[in-house]
Amino acid sequence: MNKQIHELSVVELLRGLEDKRFSSVEVIKHYLDRINRYNGELNAFLHINEDAVKQAEAIDKLIASGKKPLGIPIAVKDNFLTVGMPTTAGSLVLKDYHPRYESTVTKRLLDAGAIIIGKTNMDAWAHGSSTETSQYGPTLNPWDLGRLPGGSSGGSAAAVSAQLVPVAIGSETAGSIRQPAAWCGVTGFKPSYGRVSRYGVIAMASSTDSPGPIARNVEDAALITSIIAGADPYDATSSTKEVEPFRELLKRKDLKGVKIALVKEYLLPTMRAEVKTLIHNAAAHLESLGAKVEEISLLDPKYSIGVYTVVMRSEVSSNLARFDGIRYGHGRARFGDEAKRRIMLGTYTLSAGYYDAYYKKAMTVRTKIVSEFENTFKDFDAYIGAVSPGPALKLGATKNEPMFGEMEDILVEPSSLAGLTSAGVPCGFVDGLPIGLQITGAQFTEAKILDIANLYQKSTQFNKFPERYQK
Amino acid sequence: MKNTTPIIGIEVHVELTTNSKMFCGCPADHFGKSPNTQTCPVCLGLPGALPVPNQKAIEDTIKIGLALNCEINEETHFDRKQYFYPDLAKGYQISQYDQPLSHDGFLTLDSGKKIRIERVHLEEDTGKLQHTILNGERVSLIDFNRCGVPLVEIVSMPDISSTEEAKEYLKKIHQIVREIKVTTADLEKGQMRLEPTVNVKITDASGEHLTPLVELKNINSFNFATLAIDYEVKRLVAEFEKTGFTKKGGNKSTRGYDSVKKVTFPQRQKEEANDYRYFPEPDIPPLRISNSVVEKIRTELPALPDVIIENLVVSGVKLPDAKIISKDRLALEALTAYPGFDQTKLASFIVNKKIDISGNITSQYRKLTQIGETDTGKLSAFVEKVITDNPKVVEEYKKGKTGVLGFLVGQVMKLSGGKADPKTVSTLLLEKL
Repeated sequence: MNKQIHELSVVELLRGLEDKRFSSVEVIKHYLDRINRYNGELNAFLHINEDAVKQAEAIDKLIASGKKPLGIPIAVKDNFLTVGMPTTAGSLVLKDYHPRYESTVTKRLLDAGAIIIGKTNMDAWAHGSSTETSQYGPTLNPWDLGRLPGGSSGGSAAAVSAQLVPVAIGSETAGSIRQPAAWCGVTGFKPSYGRVSRYGVIAMASSTDSPGPIARNVEDAALITSIIAGADPYDATSSTKEVEPFRELLKRKDLKGVKIALVKEYLLPTMRAEVKTLIHNAAAHLESLGAKVEEISLLDPKYSIGVYTVVMRSEVSSNLARFDGIRYGHGRARFGDEAKRRIMLGTYTLSAGYYDAYYKKAMTVRTKIVSEFENTFKDFDAYIGAVSPGPALKLGATKNEPMFGEMEDILVEPSSLAGLTSAGVPCGFVDGLPIGLQITGAQFTEAKILDIANLYQKSTQFNKFPERYQK
Repeated sequence: MKNTTPIIGIEVHVELTTNSKMFCGCPADHFGKSPNTQTCPVCLGLPGALPVPNQKAIEDTIKIGLALNCEINEETHFDRKQYFYPDLAKGYQISQYDQPLSHDGFLTLDSGKKIRIERVHLEEDTGKLQHTILNGERVSLIDFNRCGVPLVEIVSMPDISSTEEAKEYLKKIHQIVREIKVTTADLEKGQMRLEPTVNVKITDASGEHLTPLVELKNINSFNFATLAIDYEVKRLVAEFEKTGFTKKGGNKSTRGYDSVKKVTFPQRQKEEANDYRYFPEPDIPPLRISNSVVEKIRTELPALPDVIIENLVVSGVKLPDAKIISKDRLALEALTAYPGFDQTKLASFIVNKKIDISGNITSQYRKLTQIGETDTGKLSAFVEKVITDNPKVVEEYKKGKTGVLGFLVGQVMKLSGGKADPKTVSTLLLEKL
């Protein structure tokens, strides 16, 4: 059975390029073709790289000369600065903004020979979990065009799900990689805070922003993470820990000796029974692979909403101050309602007289959450839970719901606040829509988490792509 | 009956003379460079750019702290100070708020009075606005070359109570930061900027009153600072007599100094709760300054002016001479290189330019101290006079207390105006006695 190019994973594409079964130009043209065909209805891409074919030609020359560049297309969320392509962060404030420098993540991908095929849609400034707050129109969910793809990296997740690109880059502040990946039925990987440089990523919440891949499978995610991770002299918060060859370390054939926690509080009372069942099924499956799964109790995730809301809004109000209308061509009136709400709330929580009650208190609870996780990971290798309380919601679900994102991201916010690493993989379907499982570990245990997630994925049958975009 | 005492605290900003800026690799030396030629994504505050702190600037700030007898915070971090101004690229300035690099030091004035230093912290300088006319249109241009240059803020407590003290304090700060070589502190280039905060304690029949606080902004000369303070003290007293307003929350004001008209003028009214919405800078991890780092920096400190002066005085140099010599590295080296010579004299010769320190000091000193006053005729007269004038001492000597000879020699020296050769005097005295 001969697979079409868009049905191949990154690892398979690399093999094909190496075996000269197709050229980089052919791969790029195939995907550009698909983007032309489908992006109109999905609105996953905001910009397409007009030089992609030319760049692929140069890559093919490198391949011909015996070098091994990636040669594959990759989509990048529109909050990563890319020289030669506009970068808007989904906001009209930055309409037509052409960056003067390259983000560290995209630079590392380019240096490895990847071709950035386009920039993907996102909630404006990454504020949201729906991609519905994008000021360039929402992205639709490839599984059901009447539904949201999740967000904020919704364009990246939809593009991978509709097979418009084999792999994409997203960024997660709290759930922005894992949640859209879950709603679109693909794999999302959030590296630990500090594992991947934030240089050149338009900041949302500086203390939690973590770039990472959205991929067809864990193996591809591991491969891409190895490329983009690592210390960056331009990011003082990047870790100097050595980057492991994550893909080569995917070795497990079973989970003997692995201890996994199933967090009781993450099986929310409001959650649909079908979702709970899928999580219990996942736990049973992990056990069948040899893992020891134990139910544990953690701080109710509702506290994380409060902490996250205050910390993130505070940082947002500060990070967006530079868009004061003097530079970048457009005035502050272009900020959308969601950004305005966040700026106002964050300004309030940092104000004299309220700082102690809000920001400082939030930081105290944040420290508590961090230490609770530290204790948990003394006994366990990972914990599991749903990524999102349910499947993708319908378009318009965010209307009049200013706390929409927080409610949808309740199960991933604690891990983001603590800077943990986490893989989100499909674990079944509800109403024909994909549900995501998170496998979350201590900071800088990427290799271990990817290994567990990879084995889970390879031994289950949930890694599917929507019918509509098969051809 | 009325008594007025100025209460003055001073904030001094000094730009550090590091190679690169505070958070990026751009050159820190911005003076006279053509606009916006020394910028990068970081100091322009472009989206996605991140600050990486300059290690040298941190060490230099600790050095200033140590030179001002401060304590160094083991745990310290940067904060964001948020306000809007067109020359502030990010909409916030990276500064330090609740955990400055150093705090609680002091500087001693010549009178022995200690001016307490509240804190010495590190921040980044802003860009510069240029209001001009371009193609017939009034425009404001922004030059970001200065944006991100390391800036140290030295904040004194309001311990200064006269313009003389203020001037001495400022000159001493200037001398210290230059002496420890962290900045050239050229006031004309804006490398050192002065902001005195002034009010006046007025005591009259009805009791004690404090006038409202006035912050005098961005003064770039010691003279202007003293003139501005003087002017302001008088103005505050006059204002108080007219209005009776006293210091309270919300009535602190900001004034500038017009060096041509020699007056201060109001700038913006400062809100009491000037809400800078400080919070810890999330882009820079907290710093831990280990004791070994502090001690290493301490060993790098050259002797500070106060210590140099004290040592000179102990070795016999007169205080006014010691002060002058402490400011002149070559003179200091010349003096201390000849510990065998009378330090009082040598210092005085150097200060009064009787010795050219670039020439042969030994021969010049010998020449000056011997001066040929071995003329026994002239000296004999002095000796005779001393013996006649001090009969009691002479008696003691004759009873065997030979130690008093030194005193008599000294008296003869005095009469000769210090010009006599002590050996000759001594011989003459022994003969006469």
